[in-house]
Amino acid sequence: MSDVVSIMLVGVGGQGTVLVTAILSEGLVGAGYDVKMSEVHGMSQRGGSVSTQVRYGRKVHSPIVGVGGADILVAFEKMEALRWLEYLKPKGSLIVNDFEIPSVPVLLGRQAYPRGILEGLAAQAATTVVGARDIAAGIGDTRVMNVVLFGALIETIGLYDIDWDSVIGRLVKPAFLQQNLAAYRAGRRAVARQVRVEEANA
Amino acid sequence: MVSLMSGNEAVARGAYEAGVTYAAAYPGTPSTEILEELARYSAVIAEWAPNEKVAVECALGASIAGGRALAAMKMVGVNVAADPLFSSAYAGVNGGLVIVSADDPGLHSSQNEQDNRLYAPFVKLAMLEPADSQEAKDMVKAAFDISESNDIPVLFRMTTRVCHSRSLVATSPRIAVPPRAYPANLLKFNLVPAMARRHRARLEVRLKQLEAYAETCPFNRVEWNSAEIGIITSGIAYQYAREAFGEEASYLKLGFTHPLPKAKIREFAARVARLYIVEELEPYLENFVRGLGIPCIGKDKIPNMYELNPSIVAGALLGGHAREIESRPAAVPPRPPVLCAGCPHRGFFYELGKYAKRHNLIISGDIGCYALGMNDPLNALDLCICMGAAPSMAHGAQKVLEAGNSGTRTVAVIGDSTFFHTGVPALINAVYNKSNTITCILDNRTTAMTGQQDNPGSGTTLQSEATAAIDIEALVRALGVQNVRVVNPLDLDKMHQALAWGLAAVGPSVIVCKWPCNLKRMSSDESNEYMHGHARLAVAAERCTGCRMCLNVGCPALSFDDDAGKARIDSGACNGCGVCGQVCSWNAVVSEEAAHV
Repeated sequence: MSDVVSIMLVGVGGQGTVLVTAILSEGLVGAGYDVKMSEVHGMSQRGGSVSTQVRYGRKVHSPIVGVGGADILVAFEKMEALRWLEYLKPKGSLIVNDFEIPSVPVLLGRQAYPRGILEGLAAQAATTVVGARDIAAGIGDTRVMNVVLFGALIETIGLYDIDWDSVIGRLVKPAFLQQNLAAYRAGRRAVARQVRVEEANA
Repeated sequence: MVSLMSGNEAVARGAYEAGVTYAAAYPGTPSTEILEELARYSAVIAEWAPNEKVAVECALGASIAGGRALAAMKMVGVNVAADPLFSSAYAGVNGGLVIVSADDPGLHSSQNEQDNRLYAPFVKLAMLEPADSQEAKDMVKAAFDISESNDIPVLFRMTTRVCHSRSLVATSPRIAVPPRAYPANLLKFNLVPAMARRHRARLEVRLKQLEAYAETCPFNRVEWNSAEIGIITSGIAYQYAREAFGEEASYLKLGFTHPLPKAKIREFAARVARLYIVEELEPYLENFVRGLGIPCIGKDKIPNMYELNPSIVAGALLGGHAREIESRPAAVPPRPPVLCAGCPHRGFFYELGKYAKRHNLIISGDIGCYALGMNDPLNALDLCICMGAAPSMAHGAQKVLEAGNSGTRTVAVIGDSTFFHTGVPALINAVYNKSNTITCILDNRTTAMTGQQDNPGSGTTLQSEATAAIDIEALVRALGVQNVRVVNPLDLDKMHQALAWGLAAVGPSVIVCKWPCNLKRMSSDESNEYMHGHARLAVAAERCTGCRMCLNVGCPALSFDDDAGKARIDSGACNGCGVCGQVCSWNAVVSEEAAHV
């Protein structure tokens, strides 16, 4: 019916979902798509659970989708994947960062961080697990974890024709450009490798 | 040129293009970026006002003097500004006057969910409601013309998803609008009763004129598709309805929503078999349509609270649910927002919380990051209702407690920006009415929650000019408070002593907890004054006994390594504030260097 693709990015305030959303939107606009994106400001940014959405296609009306409306869900943190999973379409794709950030109730021992999250997610949705923190650490800067996940997203949706290097160059400070480009490439490779493994196993 | 803009940026751009001369606001999510963006245009005077009432009055003055003017605020700010707003409708304008109300359906960052469309008929203003960024820009430009040609302020009503979503906007150059002459008829802006009575009747004439305009206004448009279903909608709800129904329905998309176009609505309703009203929050359109005697389906199906989205609209009106992945988000441990690592409020709340455990206290809070002091493990805030209320609620409570011979004491907690907003009169009241309350002003040298805006105490204007910084201690003393102390809230002993001193004092006392927000971009002077000697901390594993005491400060940089049985500090997050180290009985919190020796 509609050619619109809906991407949802979720994580913890401070993880850099906003930068990824900005890079993605900028590239999509440059490629001639109609784009709408939605971000959350204010109180929840203080280490709370955050979500942003990007929708693109020939003509986009709503900047957000509701439950069961996202084609792709990118979770920057495992527990957040669990929290927002209901927003994914049953046939949608989930990209999840193999990374834990305990929330305050967990830190205080009031509640336990859920176990077996990745196995549970894989049983419910087409799931790609990305070890973005280790990949970013390998690049020498754990802060570029967000752009590793961006690379994983691009490899998953197949938007290869957009010149992402130059979009990243416009939105990232020159001093951090090299590690961000490396992160983007490593994120793409991490997904491409998994796809090849799956094809070989099939 | 076409580029992605948030709704807020688009409002700023539209006002700039419309030749706005003056704009004022008090920061408030989701409206804050409107003035931040306007401040970037050197042709516009853009200012932070201490509160929304002042912002509207300044904008009104600018309009009276002949300039195009704008005031922006979050929806609860309109309550604060309601006094000048109601009367300005009577007086009318000179230069076009636009009041932006940014509503927050879903209460993302707000203490209530009021639907400010209801202000338009109550105040008797013209109202526009954009549905995306391009409309926000186009409508704000039109709003100035509507304001001037109908001699009335325009309420420009947005919502979080319009303010904070980005979509494509085509820009054009600024129109040169020469300031209008100041009107010779001085009675126009002089609402003594005799004049106000005349303006009262004149206002009805102007509203009639606007009613006629609503019928032809291009922002009230029909999209004809199927005649089976007709949908009357406005604002972001249009996008959700459009998404849910596509071309299976016809739409009367209303952008100019006060006064509403009676004939247009009647004509649309007559041509469709079934009429839906899709709107977020209150049945504003629906009540009007029903008042015309037209049957429709609206709030009997669509919730009157929280945000809508395409799934909710489709579920309510089309029936059936989209197939969903089974999940139980309610079972996932919550992730509430927390005070940042290095937040100066942490030391204050830790000590206040300890005090509250041993003494009966009612802690009266206010609007700002420090509302998070209520959360586990700090548990040091009981009340949070509206801006500036902490000292006044504390005063009223203290009087009743004393009248009942209760030993319970009240402590007010208010931020620097909130104190300037409406806290000052509340403290004047405490002095005047002999209050035995303790008011703690958490002076973090910025307006933190909304994203580090300057305020009358910070020494810098919105457009980055140096200005007088109001000295809170001197102000408080000038109000007549005898008991005043300034403390560093990160020094737990001093903080503890100050609270004990304040609670022992007779009459009102004020403790100014002065330390800059950890996120504030500090001047070099501030850096030297506040951050000298701060170094990232680490846990010395050989000393840590695993007692978990440090976790009671609720710092997100601290966690517990279950395998090692020891506390751990995330060095990327720590700013060396030292609160956790003061709580540790084993001196296990040391500088990073010392830990790695």
